[in-house]
Amino acid sequence: MPAVGNNVARKDGIGKATGRALYADDLVFPGMLHGRTIRSTIPRGRVKSIKLDFDLTGFTVVDHRDVPGRNIVDLIEQDQPFLVERDVRHMAEPILLLAHENLELLNAARVVIEYDEEVPLFDPEQSVGILKAIDIVKGDVDAALAAADLVVEGTYRTGHQEHVYIEPNGVVAVPENGGVAVFGSVQCPFYALKALKCLFGPNAAIRVVQTETGGGFGGKEEYPSMIAGHAALLALKSGRPVKLIYDRVEDMVATTKRHPSIVRHRTGVTRDGRIVAMDVDVLLDGGAYVTLSPVVLSRGCIHAAGPYRCENTRIRGRAVVTNTPPNGAFRGFGAPQTEFAVEVQMDRVADALGMDTVQFRRLNALRSGDTTATGQTLREDTSAVMVLDEAVRRTDFANKRASYRGSNKAIGLSLFFHGAGFTGSGERHLNSRARLDLTETGVRIAVGSTEIGQGTRTMHAQIVADALRVPYENIDVAQPDTSVVADSGPTVASRTCMVVGKILEECAIEMRTRLGDLSPEAYFAQHGGFSVERKYEPPDWIEWDDHTYRGDAYATYGWGCDVAELEIDPDTFEVRPTRLTAVQEFGRPIHPALARGQIEGGTAQGLGFALLERVVMRNGAMANAQLTNYTIPTTLDTPEIDVVMLENPYPGGPFGAKGLGELPMDGPAPAVANALRHYGLDVREVPATPELLSTCASL
Amino acid sequence: MRTAISELNLHRAASVTDALELLRDEQRTPIAGATDLYVALNFGTLTPRKFVDLWPLHELRQISMKQNTLVIGALATYTDVIRSPLVARHLPMLVEAARLVGGPQIQNRGTIGGNVANASPAGDSLPVFAAADATVVLLSASEERRVAFREFYTGYRATVMRPEELLVSIEVPPIDGTQWFRKVGTRAAQAISKVVVAAIRGDVPRVAFGSVGPTVVRAWEAERMLASGASIDDAADALTKDIAPIDDIRSTADYRQRVATNLLRRFWSETARV
Amino acid sequence: MRFTLNGTAVDVGAHPMARLLDVLRVDLGLTGTKEGCGEGECGACTVLIDGQPVCSCLIPVAQAEGTSVVSIEGLGDNHPLQHLFMNEVGAQCGICTPGMILAALSLEATDTPTLDDVKVALAGNLCRCTGYSAIYRAVMKWRGMNGDVATTTAT
Repeated sequence: MPAVGNNVARKDGIGKATGRALYADDLVFPGMLHGRTIRSTIPRGRVKSIKLDFDLTGFTVVDHRDVPGRNIVDLIEQDQPFLVERDVRHMAEPILLLAHENLELLNAARVVIEYDEEVPLFDPEQSVGILKAIDIVKGDVDAALAAADLVVEGTYRTGHQEHVYIEPNGVVAVPENGGVAVFGSVQCPFYALKALKCLFGPNAAIRVVQTETGGGFGGKEEYPSMIAGHAALLALKSGRPVKLIYDRVEDMVATTKRHPSIVRHRTGVTRDGRIVAMDVDVLLDGGAYVTLSPVVLSRGCIHAAGPYRCENTRIRGRAVVTNTPPNGAFRGFGAPQTEFAVEVQMDRVADALGMDTVQFRRLNALRSGDTTATGQTLREDTSAVMVLDEAVRRTDFANKRASYRGSNKAIGLSLFFHGAGFTGSGERHLNSRARLDLTETGVRIAVGSTEIGQGTRTMHAQIVADALRVPYENIDVAQPDTSVVADSGPTVASRTCMVVGKILEECAIEMRTRLGDLSPEAYFAQHGGFSVERKYEPPDWIEWDDHTYRGDAYATYGWGCDVAELEIDPDTFEVRPTRLTAVQEFGRPIHPALARGQIEGGTAQGLGFALLERVVMRNGAMANAQLTNYTIPTTLDTPEIDVVMLENPYPGGPFGAKGLGELPMDGPAPAVANALRHYGLDVREVPATPELLSTCASL
Repeated sequence: MRTAISELNLHRAASVTDALELLRDEQRTPIAGATDLYVALNFGTLTPRKFVDLWPLHELRQISMKQNTLVIGALATYTDVIRSPLVARHLPMLVEAARLVGGPQIQNRGTIGGNVANASPAGDSLPVFAAADATVVLLSASEERRVAFREFYTGYRATVMRPEELLVSIEVPPIDGTQWFRKVGTRAAQAISKVVVAAIRGDVPRVAFGSVGPTVVRAWEAERMLASGASIDDAADALTKDIAPIDDIRSTADYRQRVATNLLRRFWSETARV
Repeated sequence: MRFTLNGTAVDVGAHPMARLLDVLRVDLGLTGTKEGCGEGECGACTVLIDGQPVCSCLIPVAQAEGTSVVSIEGLGDNHPLQHLFMNEVGAQCGICTPGMILAALSLEATDTPTLDDVKVALAGNLCRCTGYSAIYRAVMKWRGMNGDVATTTAT
């Protein structure tokens, strides 16, 4: 029986369910100190003075002057410091680090900082600081708009979203070999390694080891470089292990969130419902530093025209600076924002035409052979119509759309897609590697991809087992330790299966050839062990131009159609989702139960984005930074999620698999908004809280 | 956990008398279910450093009848209320309220007395007791005081309780009429109320709201309208004089105003005799 | 403070107002109980006190005196719910899992729990990974009920 396609026993063992799995805060080292970050209490200005108003006995104190290398978090740009030197650009910006053996003394230490304050900028629409600009142009949108029979305009907004991984950010830094080992809750150990090498110097002896990680969703993609650097600075100065764990309040206030967006659409259509022009303006609030805004903007813009064919498209994207904590990666990475906008816009266009919303989408949906906004010609693995038809059929959409009118029930849908892997030449630049080791105990996978709940260990082992034609039980997965495993690139962008899994498949095929007819055990007994390491080989047909932003943006796309069924309380505007049907095509599932878990979990997270999760900002910082006041869905808030997994294999993926992790995030918010439109409320913003709905215009 | 535990002092009460004598002699903050304790300490809204633990005092946990008056011990937890046949029969709207507090873990520890004494304007049991014209029974080393619920709160998070007093029980007289309860929270479970209402449709209507003012409020003007035979529209207008909702981190004054009015109408229509 | 922990008598010399969570994790080295929020909202710190699920981040250890406390370690390494949580993918990242399992134990006395019973029993436990469906499947199967609480097809 093959491993791929079956619900094999997971490589995680039972430790997560017994309490034996070790997360960052579970680690204890002899002589360990606790760390604490002293953060700015103003959103913009300069530090004037710092007074340490406590007994320094037993304390380690670190400021920017303690940085041996460069005080820069090395990411896309090099603008963000690990520790403030003088300029403060956002609330909760890290200024000082303390460590002490005694948590009470540590928390009681009083640091008095005086500032020269400046006027902060919070409104992205007022900001002139452009972190990134992207323009995607196809055809002649102005001429097409002028010639269109009908033009519909709309502006759509999404707010911050906080990840709320149930395990907050945390690391333990341990001095070793003249350098430091950092153990922690990270999605991308090699990102942290790169940042630490910049902080300490390229010759510093550093390794980063991922501990069992309690959720990531992008919130532990780039942020851990910061906390790892802080812990490492304290560890090296004190000569002792330092545990730096954020409590929930600090994590929510100080770490990254989803970029808020304002997206403007102008859509030109013919009388019979064909889209002839799409003009889209995307504005993302990047916060105070660049971090990942350029790539979030990139993915958001590439998806901004939705899964529709249109000969004349212009997408103008800007990510701008505000004096708020920098925003960063969050599952979907720009696409949930722009696909919310385009999907609500599509319903509004259909309404304006007097056309059925399904018929309008079906007419305009991308098919094989059509070109996207960047001019990419889609191949056979294009499933927009298939997912739409299945969702509509399965939910009895047309009948409910008619029969719910005038009642407290509503139904709406969204059609969406999600490119798998890094954009354009991104994968080529990442140049990821994967390695298989033949050892005494069997075959070991040595990749930098991390298990964060999505099933990395299991899914990679399944791919290797079948490609190598050995029993799945004989495959081990190495803990991601940067001194041991290959740099497979970050665990993000729905690439861990499709890209890294593919490299592993190639490694396994090569290993199989070398093994000949021998089993791994027999080969080891006769010849000893060996390793196969390979790097990513992009499909030879991909063409992409970073300057014109044209070409094959992604090797393949996942496709989805979500249908949201709601009940609205007319007295209180509370929205109760009764069912969310998620029809998703992602090549084929490697482990069906794990794949279903990604869809159910991502859909629930999308429902939170749609209805419940509102970040309240006051003076440039999150004011509702407690789980009491930032409300994610509980069991009673989450409806039945009906998952349909359709297959349309992608030849370039391992066993036909595409990426899956982010796709489910793109659908729920617009499906919910479109259901609310069906109910009669003109929703153009999420979260669609009862307060918002009580002020919404009626349709 | 940001609070220095070593600076805190806890005395475990051995009996009610022990607790009362201690409170007579020292300033201590009583704790019971403690569901708000560490949150308040960490947030800085609670600065007292000396506490007395009432949790061992089982005699305060009882739910019983005194003739036809329902007596709810201060240490009765939400779970105790949910499981109590007496409360189910005599004060079902309190069972509804208890089911909607937090989740099971909170229901297993949070106490009715704590909810009442904590005096949050969003306390979910408060409108129930306000509508039911309950009596709060306070005990000190020297005397017992019985305070009408409508007189218990003096302002935002302020009660008539003296530092040496313990809240020992809430007494609810028999209720003639249909009980009605509705909580509008931030989500379906683990939610703080944005608007919460308990109402009784008897010979005269009694309606109490939480989260629409600094304390729980009886909708006196609206009640008077309805009792005098005025229309529900007039009563809804009158309601605006009874409540003073604000914008806060969870909701808006406008929303609360609108929803409170809608819920008054909904109560009236749902409890109308057919 | 004397109490029974996972069936064994213990006597801890912690400050009476130390959180039970910290006594378990730090004083006793039992790190299976997790801290997700410190405010009683997420349920990751759930333990049983005299059979009732409570948030250990809210309990002063003095209140554990004389009680029977059960943490995830008390279930050992082979409890059927633990296997089901892994096999049904009720656990993805696993950080909520110990608390979720202990909260689910409250259904042990319920003969034929409905899906609503399960949802209510777990309403105080937040999960960010699963959307809860797989958790219901694991718990329903444990109680011998039909585990298919949501349909799925691959065509």
